[in-house]
Amino acid sequence: MAGWADTVIQGVLLGGLYALFAMGLSLIFGVMRLVNIAHGDLIVLAAYLALVVVDATGLGPISALAVCVPLMFLFGYALQRGLLNFTLGGDILPPLLVTFGLSIIIQNGLLELFSADPRALRLGGLETQSFRLGAGIVVGQFPLLVLGVAIALTVGIELLFAYTPLGRAFRATSDDPEAVRLMGVNDRHLYALAMGIALTIVSVAAVFYGVRTTFGPSDGPDRLLFAFESVIIGGLGSFWGTLAGGIVLGIAQAVGFRLDPGWGVLTGHLAFLAVLLFKPSGLFPRTR
Amino acid sequence: MLSTHHLTAFYGDFQALFGIDLEISAGEVMAIIGANGAGKSTLLKAVTGLVPARREAVRFEGQPIGGRGAYEILALGIAMVPEGRRLFPSLSVEENLMLGGYCKRPGAWNLQRVYQLFPMLREKRLAPSTSLSGGQQQMASIARALMSNPKLLICDEMSLGLAPIVIKDIYDALPSIAAEGITLIIVEQDVGLAMRVSNRLYCLQEGRVSLSGKSQELTREQVSQAYFGI
Repeated sequence: MAGWADTVIQGVLLGGLYALFAMGLSLIFGVMRLVNIAHGDLIVLAAYLALVVVDATGLGPISALAVCVPLMFLFGYALQRGLLNFTLGGDILPPLLVTFGLSIIIQNGLLELFSADPRALRLGGLETQSFRLGAGIVVGQFPLLVLGVAIALTVGIELLFAYTPLGRAFRATSDDPEAVRLMGVNDRHLYALAMGIALTIVSVAAVFYGVRTTFGPSDGPDRLLFAFESVIIGGLGSFWGTLAGGIVLGIAQAVGFRLDPGWGVLTGHLAFLAVLLFKPSGLFPRTR
Repeated sequence: MLSTHHLTAFYGDFQALFGIDLEISAGEVMAIIGANGAGKSTLLKAVTGLVPARREAVRFEGQPIGGRGAYEILALGIAMVPEGRRLFPSLSVEENLMLGGYCKRPGAWNLQRVYQLFPMLREKRLAPSTSLSGGQQQMASIARALMSNPKLLICDEMSLGLAPIVIKDIYDALPSIAAEGITLIIVEQDVGLAMRVSNRLYCLQEGRVSLSGKSQELTREQVSQAYFGI
């Protein structure tokens, strides 16, 4: 029994990381209906950026975020303003194709620069520390930190959307992008800000990801898949839903791993398929 | 204040406007009438920056504004109440109004003032905008446009789909808006209504101006000929 409780707890903690993967995807899809196929590769790119910053400055991976976050924000802003904005408008195909191309460029660029060797970020101790809750349940401090950050970012972004002029403009844009322009909102700038914020979250997710496991240039598509599954399981339009979706996916994978070490990813996919079959709008769709 | 000079507009290969010349002076209430497809909405979109226009084809307070972004044109002081209200369903009534003031120009209009103009909106301020009736939504849409403190307010098809008594409520608000020094352009399908509320009138037909003049001096025959082209 304690073994299963432990499995669920590990799943919840893993879900924190998946929620971080998914939040940026959820944000940009919610605001501008852009399906970003390169999202996973941007996570891997941000992990390499953290690696470079750590190597160059001697900072720890988490302190390196002080450098990585602004850089990724600016990169996101420029990427949207200089490229992806031109793909928006009506048809869903151009953004899919362009971000698919971007995905290939990032993967091959990283392969060229860093080779295919798996790399990792080192926290220097925290990743092996844990709390013992008794009855055989052990909670790692680092996964707990990841979950805590995921919850904090969810609260932060929900507050941004609910109570700031920018958040109102984001919500209004997803309702009616043309009418928003009549309100004096510069839509091109707004989309670029959304992508900047999304890549800020990606940058945080990437550091935690790089500390948790090794990463290589071709690991992006799997991250994208987990992010997609979290968003769909949770239901579009709500960041709490995305957090919950990540946690559900994490639990499903942890249960699978416990049943058979080869089943983890599979049970995650099965949970995703079950949601698609029985509740296609997701478990926690936007109700407002 | 606002003028267009041989304004043309296209949707792809389809030409919707064939050289529109019009002029509105500060303080006027101008009506634009015309049948469906005459180009009224396209004209408004070209003025507000939603449809591309040649730079010199639209001038506002002496400077060319054709082809500028919609957000820049709003910042200069041209606001629009779009056809169909276009309130944002995800936002509450008050959030819709606040978004109207996103790019706030200096001026007298704020939440308090628009609630004075339409007291019903204050009662419904926290309700989802989708819970309003059609007339209430129209009032919210006007209030939202006023929140940017425009010099020129363009109202597109405000009476569409509304009961006559509701239309009267909405049009009764226009004099107090004009009294604040806001110039008005009213686009209407209801010709009688348009002639009553305006000083001057333009009639469009198939993308061209078919008639213009002082509303009081035009006869019904002139207007119906220009409207229907018979």
